[in-house]
Amino acid sequence: MAGNNPNSKPMNLTLRVWRQKNSQAAGTLETYQVKDISPEMSFLEMMDVLNEDLLRSGVDPIAFDHDCREGICGMCSLYINGRAHGPERGTTTCQLHMRKFSDGDTITIEPWRAGPFPILKDLCVDRSALDRIQQAGGYISVNTGGVPDANEIPIPKPIADKAFDAATCIQCGACVAACKNGSAMLFTSAKVSQLAMLPQGQVERKTRVENMVAQMDKEGFGACTNIGSCAAECPVGISLENIAMLNREYIGASFTSENV
Amino acid sequence: MSWFSKTFSSSIGRKLLVAVTGLFLCSFLVVHLVGNLQLFKGDGGASFNIYSHFMATNPLIRTMEIVLVLGFGFHIYEALVLTRRNKSVRPVAYAYNRPQDNSNWSSRNMGLLGTVILVFLIIHLYNFFWRARFGEPNMIPIEGTDYDDLYSVVVQSFHLWWYVLIYVLGQIALGYHLYHGFSSAFHTLGLNHKKYTPAIQKFGAFFSIVVPAGFASMPLYFFIKDVVLS
Ligand code: HEM
Ligand code: SF4
Ligand code: FES
Repeated sequence: MAGNNPNSKPMNLTLRVWRQKNSQAAGTLETYQVKDISPEMSFLEMMDVLNEDLLRSGVDPIAFDHDCREGICGMCSLYINGRAHGPERGTTTCQLHMRKFSDGDTITIEPWRAGPFPILKDLCVDRSALDRIQQAGGYISVNTGGVPDANEIPIPKPIADKAFDAATCIQCGACVAACKNGSAMLFTSAKVSQLAMLPQGQVERKTRVENMVAQMDKEGFGACTNIGSCAAECPVGISLENIAMLNREYIGASFTSENV
Repeated sequence: MSWFSKTFSSSIGRKLLVAVTGLFLCSFLVVHLVGNLQLFKGDGGASFNIYSHFMATNPLIRTMEIVLVLGFGFHIYEALVLTRRNKSVRPVAYAYNRPQDNSNWSSRNMGLLGTVILVFLIIHLYNFFWRARFGEPNMIPIEGTDYDDLYSVVVQSFHLWWYVLIYVLGQIALGYHLYHGFSSAFHTLGLNHKKYTPAIQKFGAFFSIVVPAGFASMPLYFFIKDVVLS
């Protein structure tokens, strides 16, 4: 199994990778070998090496999502050896280093698996369901007009910190991928509680949570049973406390909002 | 759809029902356990039989019985609806999955544990409740009045090794169910705060060990006392 590779010797690895031509086709796990992988490489650089090998031998390269490659955009994914974003906690796949693996390891690489995340090709899945949840209520009203002064609205420091922590969600979908129930509650809760805690979020507070939860259910995500895999695998450490807050917000809004 | 049915058919609304009924069932467990401790009195079953008679005839208890049946009904129905829906979310399973690296076994197997409890409940209800209410146990005089001798029904059942085994297994499942369920229910109700959540979690762990151990001690006590040691 994956361990730390203390020396900087290059590694040879066996990769089992999910290949699927398009959303309709049936997929399979294909086995590939990669040679001379430096422990300093990131996981995605290792995938680049494999793709160059495949291109040279005339095989269609493996499609996988990535963009910033520095852990901020939320584009990369991959279910690596049974874990979302691989074996290291608090890390995106682009920030995962090959020194976490050992020479001779076999690594299984699968896409995020959830009905609401249909596979587009190989390891790329369509995560726009999360966008639609966000669009259902993850916004605030602002008045147009002159630019307001910074820090005009007083916000207690602990609240500002908590709201900021919730706002760090990069919408990668690892929470859904890791959850036995395929629940998007951690994601939705981060978006709801971030805005519910701040004065700017009060106007839409009740309608927001009602609409975002309704959209989450409509997309077909599962119901949370407080397992905690999501928070354990979340690369930015979104806390389960947000899910309790989402429950609180939703129950409160259901009984008190003006939406009959 | 009315706001009410919309709320309680949403994922969070259903979870809320599971949590409220789950905690209500926990309170029932405490009452049931404390009452049954009278099996240990060593008075030939007199206090247990009087207590059983009271439970079967008191109008307040009979009313609570209906609430209890509804509580079980909602808990089981909503929990199974959620479990089935959750199962369908991932039609293609991971070829390689290591959930043990990020979560507890009991939290991932609430449906399975609940089903084991349900099977146990059916056996338990058939044997004791059904026979107490509709069967004809022997009568036994206690201080001049005749009572159904349920004590003997219970004690004799606990002389059968396989019956004791069913009980112990049922209680182990209950223990694991509550190990996750007790604190999880508070989380579902939206109660999670650094001030009290650690205390809820500690109490939940305590509850999930002590209550099932208390129930399991009864069959084990009579089996060991009357069968193993005699
Ligand atoms: C004395 C019996 C029982 C007690 C005290 C009990 C208690 C609880 C509690 C406190 C929860 C946590 C609720 C939450 O996480 O919000 C729970 C969840 C659950 N129970 Fe039970 N339960 C009992 C019997 C059953 C039975 C018979 C079944 C099923 C056939 C069942 C199935 C479930 C399931 C599937 C969950 C997880 C659902 C979820 O977390 O959303 N339980 N139970
Ligand atoms: S909550 Fe964490 S795991 Fe889920 S989408 Fe946001 S950053 Fe990714
Ligand atoms: S590629 Fe942007 S977070 Fe990994």
